Amino acid sequence: MSGHSTYEPKNPVAKWFDKQLPILSMSHDFLVFPTPKNLNYLWTFGGILSMCLVIQILTGIVLAMHYTPHVDMAFNSVEHIMRDVNYGWLIRYIHQNGASMFFIAVYIHILRGMYYGSYKSPREILWILGVIILLLMMATAFMGYVLPWGQMSFWGAKVITNLFSAIPFVGDWVVTLLWGGFTVDNPTLNRFFSLHYLMPFMIAGVVALHIWALHIPGSNNPTGVSVKSGQDTVPFHPYITMKDLFAAIVFLILFAFFVFYKPNYLGHSINFEVADALKTPEHIVPEWYFLPFYAILRAIPDKLGGVLAMGGAIVVLFFLPWLDTSRVRSAKFRPIFRQFFWLFVINVFILGVVGANPAEGWWIIVGQFSTAYYFLHFLVIIPLVGMIENPKPLPASISESVLASQPKGEPAAQPAE
Amino acid sequence: MKTLAKLLTAAALSTALLAGPAFAAGKAKNAQDIDFSFEGPFGTFDRAQLQRGFQVYKEVCSACHSADLLHYRNLGESGGPEFSEAQVKAIAAEYEIQDGPNEDGEMFERPGRPSDKFKAPFTNANEARAANGGAYPPDMSLITKAREGFHYPWYVSPFIKMWTGNGGPEYVHAVLTGYSDPPEKEAANAPEGKSYNAYFAAGPWISMAPPLSEDGVEYSDGTKASVDQQAKDVAAFLAWAAEPKLEERKSLGLQVMIYLIILALLMYLVKLKLWRDVEH
Amino acid sequence: MSTLDSHDSERRDFLYIGTGAFAAVGTAMAVWPFIHQMNPDASVKALASVELDLAPIEEGQSITISWRGNPVFVRHRTAAEIEEANSVPIEDLPDQDARNANLPEGTPATDVNRVIDGKDKFLVMIGVCTHLGCVPVGEAGEFDGWFCPCHGSHYDTSGRIRKGPAPENMPVPQYSYVSDTLIKIG
Repeated sequence: MSGHSTYEPKNPVAKWFDKQLPILSMSHDFLVFPTPKNLNYLWTFGGILSMCLVIQILTGIVLAMHYTPHVDMAFNSVEHIMRDVNYGWLIRYIHQNGASMFFIAVYIHILRGMYYGSYKSPREILWILGVIILLLMMATAFMGYVLPWGQMSFWGAKVITNLFSAIPFVGDWVVTLLWGGFTVDNPTLNRFFSLHYLMPFMIAGVVALHIWALHIPGSNNPTGVSVKSGQDTVPFHPYITMKDLFAAIVFLILFAFFVFYKPNYLGHSINFEVADALKTPEHIVPEWYFLPFYAILRAIPDKLGGVLAMGGAIVVLFFLPWLDTSRVRSAKFRPIFRQFFWLFVINVFILGVVGANPAEGWWIIVGQFSTAYYFLHFLVIIPLVGMIENPKPLPASISESVLASQPKGEPAAQPAE
Repeated sequence: MKTLAKLLTAAALSTALLAGPAFAAGKAKNAQDIDFSFEGPFGTFDRAQLQRGFQVYKEVCSACHSADLLHYRNLGESGGPEFSEAQVKAIAAEYEIQDGPNEDGEMFERPGRPSDKFKAPFTNANEARAANGGAYPPDMSLITKAREGFHYPWYVSPFIKMWTGNGGPEYVHAVLTGYSDPPEKEAANAPEGKSYNAYFAAGPWISMAPPLSEDGVEYSDGTKASVDQQAKDVAAFLAWAAEPKLEERKSLGLQVMIYLIILALLMYLVKLKLWRDVEH
Repeated sequence: MSTLDSHDSERRDFLYIGTGAFAAVGTAMAVWPFIHQMNPDASVKALASVELDLAPIEEGQSITISWRGNPVFVRHRTAAEIEEANSVPIEDLPDQDARNANLPEGTPATDVNRVIDGKDKFLVMIGVCTHLGCVPVGEAGEFDGWFCPCHGSHYDTSGRIRKGPAPENMPVPQYSYVSDTLIKIG
């Protein structure tokens, strides 16, 4: 993708075509793209995420053929899909659980990037594009959750759109604009449907940029050491493609388990009741993938403060490449950071648990403590650890680290090219 | 750093211990677990039970509770009670369905057809409330998915529920069989016209009087119509009503799972072969 | 060494081809739900039949009712119209099939085969032009039957195509007499 391809098709028709539209040489470059040979299975989640996006778009297009975005009919039209449309239940359950699978994969993908320092130079833009994708995913998932028009859909929409009312001076005006009325109502449902259909294609666009940005420096790898020579890499196809495919199939087994055996496990029973604008459910909780952020929102006992904290929890990710002061990428060689990394993961998990429980009693204190730690991790721990930590010696190259980890007695063969 | 980790763990644990019991269960008591035939990865509905459950719904529940998402034709579809086509037609024809307008612009009543929706006992929510002392009898179509019979402390709930589910059908059974005399201290402030039911989600006072009675329906298959049996049957019927594609889902699921596991093994072999010559 | 290599590459090929084929079969099967979902769903297929009382329809009068979303023409024909329809030799018809769902395919398109025997005053047919789906206008056209304004197809008093681009006679839906004057379509 960088510079002109050296590939030239042999077939004269292909040659003629490729000269005018170089799709063939581009795909060829894509397939032979040199990729570090020491990537572990955590690197397969990029491919898995692409698969998730495609699955969501395909099933979503089908659902849109049968769904009615009207407050009087939305709930029943979803049930019509579940009951009457041929394989409608299957396609809807795939889409519904697909959102969760998408977030499982994206969180693993992000944590992998954090652990191995994939956000560091020369990959800051790649990382920032990734955070933009995350934001778009969140907006898409939120709007999609509103469409079935159950109780949680409605009240989730109401609470989240009300976040904007915290904006000084223009807040109420913005919320009315978002609603198209005096509360979440038919105009809101209609625009959410429209935007929910639009945003996946925006995601696809940013994904294309994300992959483009990946192909300039190439993939990071578990050692964090840059590729030095051809010895360090394998061509993307078939080595990485087949490994990614294998991982994708394993991921699909988990996916299918939920779709076929626990389709409503990740949902909320209250959403099987049709939206009622006059009656709030006792306990409003977002889907699991929003819980940590929801906990941060509730941790601040001030409306604007809570909204800013929740927004800040994502915005801080944009600055991660510059907050990290360490010269070493991979946590493999950063003994102190590594421990803080796992503390961070545990803390996010605690935030998730806090988000799932009512904001009462001890939960408030734990939530505030965890929220503080979340920001502490990014704003204090990461810069400080980078400065004071004494990293372990890095291997000279990927090949060297691979050889060092080989069991003794095996002949070291040359890498296949 | 280590201390920090310890502190965090301690904080989390103490939270669990202190807050757990207080918030884990709502007000309602946990429903008794029932071994329904449709549970588990291979479970299917018991046709006879669904037919009996429909009878209970029709003769008892449907006096107040609608089931708007159901059509009479569903009763004959595979994976459900599987009444014969003639039976479905006969059931539908028992109801007078409003149709129209006719040539004169008037609405008229005609016998129901399989394609009709289950006839609702009330024409709208206000009428339903007015007829039931202000309490709205909820629609039954999705009730087993909209209610939870099982409540566990938060730190075990996700793990137990992965196995047991939310206990929606159990909730229906528990509410139907769970009427009792109120405890002494509650009895004094008993609301007018309400019954005590410790399993009711918005309880413990429930507007619905105990609906089932011993031999309140007469089963044609000779099953003894105890209150417990009727409650189980109607819970099973409502579980089907909420998830009519359950059997299709599980049987397709088995095929997909077998396929994916074989494909994963093959892909793993492919990957191994391919990478055999690469040090990685 | 070389024999071992070739043996190995054969095994490899078999594994690759086998896995590829297995994956292709699965993909093909996964496509089916995405196609089948576009077929008429259970609620559409269960759509009720329509009953209609013919008694109020006077001679020379037509009514149009909706059945499965399509217009159905019900015409109480005059004796002259029946006479006119009967007078056409079948060889003159562009489409010689009765297109009557109540009779087997290939039944000749005589007027009596377009109606229910003994009730030939009432012509019941799906009022959709067989050319491209417009709804023809009644008591119009060169054959006193129906005329489709979209592309100029002329149908006779039996609803048979006589002139114009439409290839077939307007189809007669499945229907029967429940009582002397009550028909049930579908």
